[in-house]
Amino acid sequence: MRISTGHGTRPPSGGVETFSWYFFRISGVALLFLAILHLLIMHVTTDVACTTYQFVALRYSNPFWRLYDWVLLTLALLHGMNGLRVVIDDYVRARGFRFFIQSTLGALTLVLFMLGTITLITFQPVAGALSTTHCIK
Amino acid sequence: MYRGQLGMWSWLLHRITGLGVLLFLLVHIVDISLLGFGPTVYNEAIALFGTPVVRVISLGLIAAVFYHAFNGVRIILIDFWPKGVRYQRAMFGIVIVFTVLCFLPMAYYVIAPVFHLPTNTTAVGM
Repeated sequence: MRISTGHGTRPPSGGVETFSWYFFRISGVALLFLAILHLLIMHVTTDVACTTYQFVALRYSNPFWRLYDWVLLTLALLHGMNGLRVVIDDYVRARGFRFFIQSTLGALTLVLFMLGTITLITFQPVAGALSTTHCIK
Repeated sequence: MYRGQLGMWSWLLHRITGLGVLLFLLVHIVDISLLGFGPTVYNEAIALFGTPVVRVISLGLIAAVFYHAFNGVRIILIDFWPKGVRYQRAMFGIVIVFTVLCFLPMAYYVIAPVFHLPTNTTAVGM
């Protein structure tokens, strides 16, 4: 382990891992508010059995909630997948397999991001769905 | 095995809760995409989340989110606050307290409908 002496060559700065390090912390702070508020809305102010299609139609009639959910989706997915990337990096040492599994991870991230984004953008309630919210008994 | 102390266990728990929440997220993105199939299909999927078994499982998710979030704040403080390292053990205690304090009321709201206990929400179903 290199002990700081105050002189000599400087450790490398910048780079992907440094960005990742900062990204975890910055996205983490944002997610602190985004995710906890999301939990409160979905479990406390409304019971989960009442988060029906109608409930979503009502929320998504306001573009703010679509955008909120999209920001939550993006940050949570990237924060989480980046974490998984680090975990894989820790335990998968074989170079070939690591390349394969990290690539799969990247592809999965992209697919899930697209799926979520498309859902948020294209959701259009069917006719009559904006009636009173009914819970699933 | 490395004989780490509190720091190691807090790191391990942070990793485990992170992976747990991520696993849920992957499922969640797919289940929300069911919106595209209309109210009947989507509401059937949502009905699953209201069942007692899944309610109990979601308690695990909620606890994981709170621990991961609060320990994350502790990590940030260790990184950016000069006294962070000195108080890391005390901060872990605070993390646990906060996690429990935030978890308990929320757990009540999630489990109450199973036993028809009162909550203030007007929209409650089971």
